[in-house]
Amino acid sequence: MSEIRVEALTHVYSAGTPFEKTAIENISLSIPSGQFVGLLGHTGSGKSTFIQHLNALLKPSSGTVYVDGEDINKDKKSRRAVKNKVGLVFQYPEYQLFEETVFADIAFGPKNMGLSKEEIEQRVHEACGFVGVEEELLQRSPLELSGGQKRRIAIAGVIAMRPGVLILDEPTAGLDPAGCRQIMDNICRYRRESGATVLIVSHNMDDAARLTERLIVFNRGTVAMDGTPEQIFAQPERLVEIGLNVPQSTALAMALREKGVQLAGSIYTHAQLMQALKGVGAC
Amino acid sequence: MDPIIRFENVHFTYPEGEEEILRGVDLQIEKGSFVAVLGHNGSGKSTLAKHMNAILLPSSGKVLVRGMDTADEAKLLDIRRSVGMVFQNPDNQIVANVVEDDVAFAPENLGVPSAEIRQRVDAALRQVGMYDFRMHAPHLLSGGQKQRVAIAGVLAMEPEVLVLDEPTAMLDPQGRGEVIQTVTRLCREKGMTVVLITHHMEECIGADRLVVMSNGAIVADGSPAEVFSQVELMEREGLDVPETTRVLHELGLPTETLDAESCARLIAEKLR
Repeated sequence: MSEIRVEALTHVYSAGTPFEKTAIENISLSIPSGQFVGLLGHTGSGKSTFIQHLNALLKPSSGTVYVDGEDINKDKKSRRAVKNKVGLVFQYPEYQLFEETVFADIAFGPKNMGLSKEEIEQRVHEACGFVGVEEELLQRSPLELSGGQKRRIAIAGVIAMRPGVLILDEPTAGLDPAGCRQIMDNICRYRRESGATVLIVSHNMDDAARLTERLIVFNRGTVAMDGTPEQIFAQPERLVEIGLNVPQSTALAMALREKGVQLAGSIYTHAQLMQALKGVGAC
Repeated sequence: MDPIIRFENVHFTYPEGEEEILRGVDLQIEKGSFVAVLGHNGSGKSTLAKHMNAILLPSSGKVLVRGMDTADEAKLLDIRRSVGMVFQNPDNQIVANVVEDDVAFAPENLGVPSAEIRQRVDAALRQVGMYDFRMHAPHLLSGGQKQRVAIAGVLAMEPEVLVLDEPTAMLDPQGRGEVIQTVTRLCREKGMTVVLITHHMEECIGADRLVVMSNGAIVADGSPAEVFSQVELMEREGLDVPETTRVLHELGLPTETLDAESCARLIAEKLR
């Protein structure tokens, strides 16, 4: 729904002090409307600094960020407007729940947008639907719910603002496999039904490979790789060089190729690996 | 050999709770072994861990640590000294402003003479590879480093068993690797008994034994390769199995290997 264009973006923390650190340097890229993008890279690679520029939480040291063609740092008004357009879900967002009821928490964003009571109500219900939060939870205190439920409520609070771009920083961190799957399903569903552009920061290579259309790999504050999962996982050695994990299927395919098994194509899911094994007569 | 921890038909219900969290657990943990406990949220695995050093006491049944009943209040200090716990969030476990002070906290409270504290703190920090950081401020460390300091704090009590309750849940892949390598080394080189509670199946691969919990009971128990080869059971429990096991299983090959290298060798041999 919204497109992003970043030109020569650089951010330096604590500039002019002994603690000066360039977190990202000269990044230029554009993300078309509706794309599902995975951001990869290890801690300290600059991906969190990058996403905080996309809704003007951080101001570029140099460079420009455009959302739907507009410079988001042009003036105070544009900086405020972009916050309704680009929704950012931080890591462990459940620690940011603070209202007395689940309803009030999810309604916080829409309320600050100055929407009518009816509109707010409708959006809260809609957001609950997207993340699978049952209506009977709405009057409960968010603090008495389970970790997975809290996380979904925090995400619903951002979805209720109907952002054209939804950015999530490690939305599945700390959840068990069932909880991870549920959150990822919710995000995919929101994207499918709303048409929103979705950016997701993840350490889970298997998820990133399976779900996204494009992967951007950060390394030392710059973009090291950028392409479809197919293109990225066709060069698993590069990922390993950067110090990142590869999907388990890719790792096994690499080991097989080293043993002289001629597997065809780019392999990053279980189905692809089985298909390639079939191709060489293993099953 | 006598098990260092023994659960005898342990049931547990929270005082005001209706649901039984542990439903008749029998478990023996051998001294010096590395046991991983895997299960999804609400399976009872953390409750199980908290029974190992008397944070929780059974509603019925018994937990014995080196033969001491955890319900025996007179033995409480001995039990806590024998079994050290490390929890999920490193930020909640660090109390001091300097790494070495933090590690010294427990022995100081045990009344250990100061010369010995010095020696225990240095030894503990070396064992987790954090000795060079002894004068650092904990809040400036990475998650994996903080968690290793927390482990050192427990080691300084010189326990016989180290119980870790999802110690990597809040860490990035690098931090996770650091913690798992550290505890594996403690078990292999120092003979420490390690109980690792987790929901990351890849962290269980190097353990001697894998116990799967579901709905308050043990549903699988064996070597990691044996347990993972029960692919249908694991799927039913909503748990992942390694890709290697899944591929071998689907190819009808024996599933006794877990690393990519030997799995690839098996498949390559079959193709020849």
